[in-house]
Amino acid sequence: MKKSGIILALVVFVLFTWVFFTGWGLGPSKAEAGETQKAAFIYVGPIGDLGWSWEHERGRKMLEEKLGDKVKSTYIESVPEGPDAARVIRQYAQQGYKVIFATSFGYMDPMLEVARDFPNVYFEHCSGYKTAPNMSTYFGRMYQPRYLSGIVAGKMTKANVIGYVAAFPIPEVIRGINAFTLGARSVNPKAQVRVVWTNTWFDPVKEREAAVALLDAGADLIAQHQDTTEPQKAAKERGLLSIGYDSDMRGFVGDSVLVSPVWNWGAYYVDTVKAILNGTWKTHQYWGGLKEGIVELSDFSPMVPQATKDMVAAKQQLILNGSWDVFYGPVKDQSGKEVVAAGAKMSDSEMLNMSWFVEGVIGKAGK
Amino acid sequence: MIQLVASLLAITLRAGTSLMYATIGEIYTERSGILNLGIEGMMLMSAVTSFATVYYTGNLFLSILVAMLVGGTLASLHAFLSVTMRANQVVSGLSITLFGSGMASFLGQRLGPESNSGYLVGLVGSKFEPIAIPVFSLMPIFGAVFNQDILTYIVYVLLPVSWFYLYKTRDGLNLRSVGENPQTADAMGIDVGKVRYMYTIFGGMLVGIGGAHLSLSYAPGWTENITGGRGWIVIALVIFSMWNPARAIWGAILFGGINAVQFRLQASGTTIPASYLNMLPYLATVFVLVVLTWWEALSKRIGAPSALAKSYMREEK
Repeated sequence: MKKSGIILALVVFVLFTWVFFTGWGLGPSKAEAGETQKAAFIYVGPIGDLGWSWEHERGRKMLEEKLGDKVKSTYIESVPEGPDAARVIRQYAQQGYKVIFATSFGYMDPMLEVARDFPNVYFEHCSGYKTAPNMSTYFGRMYQPRYLSGIVAGKMTKANVIGYVAAFPIPEVIRGINAFTLGARSVNPKAQVRVVWTNTWFDPVKEREAAVALLDAGADLIAQHQDTTEPQKAAKERGLLSIGYDSDMRGFVGDSVLVSPVWNWGAYYVDTVKAILNGTWKTHQYWGGLKEGIVELSDFSPMVPQATKDMVAAKQQLILNGSWDVFYGPVKDQSGKEVVAAGAKMSDSEMLNMSWFVEGVIGKAGK
Repeated sequence: MIQLVASLLAITLRAGTSLMYATIGEIYTERSGILNLGIEGMMLMSAVTSFATVYYTGNLFLSILVAMLVGGTLASLHAFLSVTMRANQVVSGLSITLFGSGMASFLGQRLGPESNSGYLVGLVGSKFEPIAIPVFSLMPIFGAVFNQDILTYIVYVLLPVSWFYLYKTRDGLNLRSVGENPQTADAMGIDVGKVRYMYTIFGGMLVGIGGAHLSLSYAPGWTENITGGRGWIVIALVIFSMWNPARAIWGAILFGGINAVQFRLQASGTTIPASYLNMLPYLATVFVLVVLTWWEALSKRIGAPSALAKSYMREEK
């Protein structure tokens, strides 16, 4: 009796160590052409946010649809940024996933740490800047469609005050606010954009409160850089207009959402997994724009007049054919100082480190 | 200026309503000597179930009943664990929060209609509309107090009634004595277990209404994690109001109004770092705790119930 107990304990111990170190015995698989590969997606919010994570999930579905049985994919929602993320990423790497997409900025360091231990697994990090031989970054020039949506906002505001609910004062968000403001003021020099920071990506109640504060401050149109549709809903309840973000929020809120700059990750996911299947994947820092199709402008609400749509189309054409981009000079900062001279343009690294507001923004860019 | 104050007051009351319900509920519970840390999970569960109810039936009254039922059921689980099983109340409460938040997001992805692939997110249901009370709602500044939804009006009544009940009635005295000294209460012939069960469940029902107010009035609809940590704020609020329902209103206004104030300051172009304002209510709570710890005479009069979070067994001395 006692002996069998010891044997049982031994068996359990061996099983545990085996599972612990090998992850169910499915070590990193070797790439073989034609074999089904597994892809894992890590989301920072719930896919039910109808915004950021929802769009990545749409991309994942497109990947499955386009590549059929060549790829099997899975996802995990609401993974906190930080050490927990490393555990989740490591688990997928151990379970034989060939490529792991981590879709939030805070996953950067955890992913890099895991990437070192799994040279046969491909790591793809969204919105960061650190790479490794088996780790790449990808992101989109969201500022381009944001500029275009700014044109619509500038044309449609009557009070000339546009409210902007923004998450964190980091370059990505600041760049978006600046592009949006430049767009609005290109057609309406009197327009100003008031910014409220919520210091959260995802808090429906806070996002709504921030939008209501902006509406009370005189804004008659709400734009946002958040992960839910609450700011748009708050504007709608007052009978006022809004600009969406992330996904085509008109579908969830109604025609008061004039247009949304949206993500279209699917194309990138398909290309990346194809490159892995064909063995042509190389470390890259992808930053595609309207031309590549990773970002785009959604369809317009019927409330947007044709003349405005034509203006947007004209600017979009200039961006698409490469003859012009949003941060071409002259660009002035909040104090009226010229930051980009006429005829000059900002470099990618300047854009990626943007920490000041352009003229026309009311609010503070720093902490 | 007057308009700014009025709009601040309006939003603060709206934001504070769910906090007030949950705080009053938790005060009843803690007064009986039971610490329930499951509020966050209970609010989320009530928010999701009450919204699902209103989406399918359109009946707001029914959805409030569902919220009370769900809040009460989860609270009775806590009461079972901490009164009957004499388990550690902190662990039991935390597990209810963990269970509740997980279960709520699960339900949010399953209870929705087929056409929305089972999701409740993004759906629109009926909601509590503000009802303006004639004449009063036209007052300058304080008009906002009389232009709220029915749940807020009920909480106006609930606050003084709860205070009266706790401090001026025999049942309230029994309740407080169970929380202060269960041995004596038992000797006086009060059924300690029954009282603790009753007020834990009743408190849970009020917490449930607090959760429902979020998804039926304040931010109508279901979004995951709609509470955004408000269940934890309630724990601090109970301390802040020193276990007295009458004081709960000041805490709820302070906590509820802080975001409204700081967002408005930002929107008007003023920039006081948001972090400082966000800290204020918590600093106030720490301050109350420090004072209560140092000033023993005061803490005897208005401090925490002495038997809070301690399970009671008749044989023990």
